[in-house]
Amino acid sequence: MSALLEVEGLKTHFFTRAGVVKAVDGVSFSLAEGEVLGLVGESGSGKTVANFSILGLVDPPGRVVEGSIRFRGEDLVGAPISRMRKLRGRDIAMIFQDPMMTLTPVLRIETQMVETVLAHEKVSAKAARDRAIDVLARVGIPSPAERIRAYPHQFSGGMRQRVAIAIALLHKPALILADEPTTALDVTIQGQIIAEMQKLVAETGAAMIWVSHDLAVVETIADKIAVMYAGRIVEYGRSGDVIGQPAHPYARGLLDSIPSRTTPGQHLNQIPGMAPSVLHLPPGCAFQPRCRFADAACAVPPPIVDTGEDRWARCVRPLAPEAAL
Amino acid sequence: MAVFFLRRFLQTVVVLLLVSLVVFLGLYAIGNPAEILLPDDATAAERDAAIRSLGLDKPIWVQYGVFLANALTGDLGTSFVYNTPSITLILQRFPATLELALSALFIAIAIGAPLGLYAGLRPGTRLDRAIVTGSILGFSLPNFWQGLMLILIFSIGLGWLPSSGRGETGTIFGIETSFATWDGIRHLILPATNLALFKLALVIRLTRAQVRETMPLDFVKFARAKGVSERRILGVHVSKTIAAPIVTVLGMELGSVIAFAVITESIFAWPGMGKLIIDSINRLDRPVVAAYLLVITFMFIMINLVVDLLYTVLDPRVRLGGRT
Repeated sequence: MSALLEVEGLKTHFFTRAGVVKAVDGVSFSLAEGEVLGLVGESGSGKTVANFSILGLVDPPGRVVEGSIRFRGEDLVGAPISRMRKLRGRDIAMIFQDPMMTLTPVLRIETQMVETVLAHEKVSAKAARDRAIDVLARVGIPSPAERIRAYPHQFSGGMRQRVAIAIALLHKPALILADEPTTALDVTIQGQIIAEMQKLVAETGAAMIWVSHDLAVVETIADKIAVMYAGRIVEYGRSGDVIGQPAHPYARGLLDSIPSRTTPGQHLNQIPGMAPSVLHLPPGCAFQPRCRFADAACAVPPPIVDTGEDRWARCVRPLAPEAAL
Repeated sequence: MAVFFLRRFLQTVVVLLLVSLVVFLGLYAIGNPAEILLPDDATAAERDAAIRSLGLDKPIWVQYGVFLANALTGDLGTSFVYNTPSITLILQRFPATLELALSALFIAIAIGAPLGLYAGLRPGTRLDRAIVTGSILGFSLPNFWQGLMLILIFSIGLGWLPSSGRGETGTIFGIETSFATWDGIRHLILPATNLALFKLALVIRLTRAQVRETMPLDFVKFARAKGVSERRILGVHVSKTIAAPIVTVLGMELGSVIAFAVITESIFAWPGMGKLIIDSINRLDRPVVAAYLLVITFMFIMINLVVDLLYTVLDPRVRLGGRT
C-alpha cells in the first residue's frame, strides 16, 4: 500500500533579524492510511512547525525552503494557495493546542461549524447545520442542537476541544494533524479526549500525526513514534520499540524524565541543560553537549543507523537494546 | 438588566447635578452679564431694573436654587440676548451640528477603516508607511490650520466648493437637512472634511493596531486550517473581533465631535451649536451656556449608554450589570 503522506528532506526556516532559525532542518517520514504517528520532542524541537508546514500554514518570516510533502502523491510544497485551501479542513484537518484560543470568541459555534462545511461543499445551510449537530453528538457534546447556538466562552476547556475536534471531523479527513491537543487540559479531561480521539480515528480510518512533548500520552495513541531534536528526527520506530528500548540517548533521556517510570524515592534521571537555540547549533550531533555518552566521534554529523526492524536512530553509537532499561 | 438601568439612571442624575453646580459657579465667576448687555449710557436706575429682572441681584445660592428648580420642570432659563428659552435656541441649532458631526464621522470610518485594515495586514510595506505617516499629519496639524488650508485650496484656489454657511436646506422625512439639496451637500463637504481629519487619523491608527493584534491569533490560523476563505476570515472573524473596541472609541468620539465642532463651525460659519455657544460666551449669555453644557453632558451619558448596549451585541462575552 502506498503511503498517504510522504515527507522528504523537509526544511522550514525562519528568516529573522538575528539570523536564520532552522526550525525544521531535514525531516523525512511517511505515514500510511489510518496510521497514527507520534511526533515527540521538547519545546522548540520543530515538531509544531513541521505540522504547520504540511498544511502550508507557516507564517512569515518562516517558509519551507527545501524538501517535499507528498499527500496522496501530490506535492504540497509550492502548491497554490487555492489548492491548499481546498485541502485544508476537507482532506487534512488540524486540531490546535489551546482550545481557548482556536475558536473565534465572537462567533457562535454554529457559525464556525457551518462555514467549515460550506467552505468545501455546496449544501444548504440547513443541511450543514444538521451535519454539524450530528458530529457534535459524536464527539460527546450533550444536547448538541441547543449547544450549537452557544458561544465558545460558554463551554469548558474540554468541551471546547471537543468542538474543535468536531470541526476537524466535519469532512471525514484522511489525515488529522493534532498539535498537542491535550496539553492545555486537566489530566482527567486529557484522558477523555485521548480515548475519544482513538475511537474516532479507528471509526473513520483517518491517519493522524499527534504532536506532543509527553511520551506517556503518545505511547497510548501512536502506532509509530518520531522523536525530534533541534529540527531533526533523531529516532523513529514502532511505538512499542521506541518506548521499550530507546536507541537514541535523547529518547532514553526523555523516557527517564517521566516521574512515574522511576520507582518512588529513586533519583529522577534528567537531561541536563536545555534544548539548544536553533540559532547556534553545535557542530556535529546537536544533542552532543547534553549527552552523557558523547565523545570525540560525535563532532561530525551523525549518520542514520538502522537499529532494528523498521526503526532507525540518528546517532554515532545508538544504545544497544540491553543498555536500555 | 433592570438593575443596570436603575444604576445608570441614578448615576446620570448625580452627574448632571454636579455638572450644573460647576457650570453655575464657573459662569458666576466669569463676570456680571449686566455690564455687557446694557448700553454704555444706561442710567443707574435702568441698570438696577435690568439686574433685578434677570434675577442677578439675589445671592448666588438663591440663583442656583431657582435655576435648579426651573431645570426640573424642563426650563433651562431664557437667553438674556435673544429673550427666548435657551433650550429652544440650542435645539434649533442641534440638527446642523449633528449633521456635520455624523458626516465627519462617516467620512472618518468610510476612509479610515479600509486604510487601517490594509495597513494592518501589510505592515512595513511602502503603502503602510505612507498611511501611517499621513495619519501622523492628521493628528498633529492644528485643526484650525487644516480648515484654513482647505478653504485656501478648494474654495479660493480651485474655486470648487463654497467656504461658509450651510447653503440651501431641504426636508427629508420632515427633518431639515443639507443632504436634501446639492447646494447643501456642497456646503457640507469642506467643514465635514475638516472635522473628519483628526478622527480619520484616529480610525486608521486604531484599526491598524487592532488588525495587527488579531491576525497572529490562533483562531485566525484555525479558520485557515478549516479551509475558510481569506475574505471570510477578514470579513467575519477579524472584523467582528475588532468591532467592539473600535465602536467604543468612536462612540466617545461622536460625543466629542458634536461638543467640539466649535472650531470648525467658527471657521466655516456653520450655523450650529458650536457657533451659538461661542457667541453666547462672548456675550455672557449665562442661561444659554449653562443649558448647552447640560445638554452636552446629557448627550455624552446617552452615547455612553448606547455604546455599552452595542458592546453586548458585538461581543457576546460582555454582560450588563457588572456581575461576573
